[in-house]
Amino acid sequence: MTTTVDARGLSCPQPALLTRNAVRAARGGTIEVLIDTETARDNCTRVAQREGWKVEVHEEGGGYRLVLSR
Amino acid sequence: MKRFFASRWGPITAGAVIGILAPLLVYFGNPKNMGVCVACFERDIAGALGLHRNAVVQHIRPEIIGFVLGALIAALLFREFRPRGGSAPLARFLLGIFAMIGALVFLGCPWRALLRLAGGDLNALLGLAGLVVGIGGGVLLLRNGFTLGKAHPAPAVMGWLMPAAMVGLLLLAVLQPVFGEGLALFQSEKGPGSLYAPLLIALGAGLVIGFLAQRTRFCTMGAVRDVLLMGDTHLLGGIGALLVVAFLTNLVLGAATGTPYVNFSFTGQPVAHSNHLWNFGGMVLAGLAFALAGGCPGRQLFMSGEGDGDAAVFVTGMVVGAGLAHNLNLAGAADTITEGLVKVGGPSVYGQIAVGVGLIFCLVLGLTARLRTKEVAK
Repeated sequence: MTTTVDARGLSCPQPALLTRNAVRAARGGTIEVLIDTETARDNCTRVAQREGWKVEVHEEGGGYRLVLSR
Repeated sequence: MKRFFASRWGPITAGAVIGILAPLLVYFGNPKNMGVCVACFERDIAGALGLHRNAVVQHIRPEIIGFVLGALIAALLFREFRPRGGSAPLARFLLGIFAMIGALVFLGCPWRALLRLAGGDLNALLGLAGLVVGIGGGVLLLRNGFTLGKAHPAPAVMGWLMPAAMVGLLLLAVLQPVFGEGLALFQSEKGPGSLYAPLLIALGAGLVIGFLAQRTRFCTMGAVRDVLLMGDTHLLGGIGALLVVAFLTNLVLGAATGTPYVNFSFTGQPVAHSNHLWNFGGMVLAGLAFALAGGCPGRQLFMSGEGDGDAAVFVTGMVVGAGLAHNLNLAGAADTITEGLVKVGGPSVYGQIAVGVGLIFCLVLGLTARLRTKEVAK
């Protein structure tokens, strides 16, 4: 099962915080993060990578879909 | 280049450039230890427009205009201009008002706190300590689920409103129109508002800083918040670089001009007071309000330039807050020295009450505006 975190429209630092909470809760598997600014894309990517997850970035619908996996 | 800006070196570069340009702006005419100060300069703009009548702090500061337009140019060039808005505008407006009141009780935004320290003003230590405590409070509220809710994509015109308002301000500064007999813009003839760098230099510095800060997401509040909240030191190098480079630039300018730019002391500092409690207390309020609004005053200007209407509402709140702070005697008064005796300044009792009201407002908002987890995780 893929967990989806929809952080579109949320201001700093909530997208990064939600991403961190999601990866810590999951421990492994796949997580999708939806965001709509480049700042959130960079912050969420950094947070996930620091927690040891792999991050793929897809541009989608005027925003971004990050696929995190571990 | 993109990767460089997004790396740890991005914020460090932005901080270092501010650290060089701010003392240079003092050299070219800005008030001492106030090469750039977002709170002070928005306050001066409020004064120029007559939103307050404190005759010593009235001037249209082109640096502020440059910050927004520089960020706009960067956002357009790198396809990051995203008109958006609609996330709790009134709450953000009120946060802007109280953030400004807190900053003006201390007499400076976080940038100026660093610049004051780089000029030897030890009162800035109290202000920075207050800032960290205020941001720490914000971090606890964020951990507790605080949110102002989602912004939504908006028609392009919404993103252009703040940059257009800045172009309007620039036109006012250049044309200096007269609106009837004796009805011109307000311009200080003495005091900090009468000290300014030439328009093109101030605007140019603002554009460079705005461009770099947009690319690197430079944010003084975010630097502290991310460390406390997530142990993330990505932005922290930016404020370190600002402090160190500004200090070094001050030393160089002092040696080159023969006038010291660094003077370590609590008393006798330019546009500052040594009322320790309220230097601390003012910045606790400011830090908390910045944390709840998601950015320091500079970052709010840069986000306004990227099309963020909510950040623009916060900025507008800060300008109105400056009007209130000076009309209602809430801002901190600078120390005065008469016949060798220092009279310690600071806020009036009304300013102290306003800080208290602001803290209560932030706490009530922070504790009650909360995320329901099911809205986030599907």
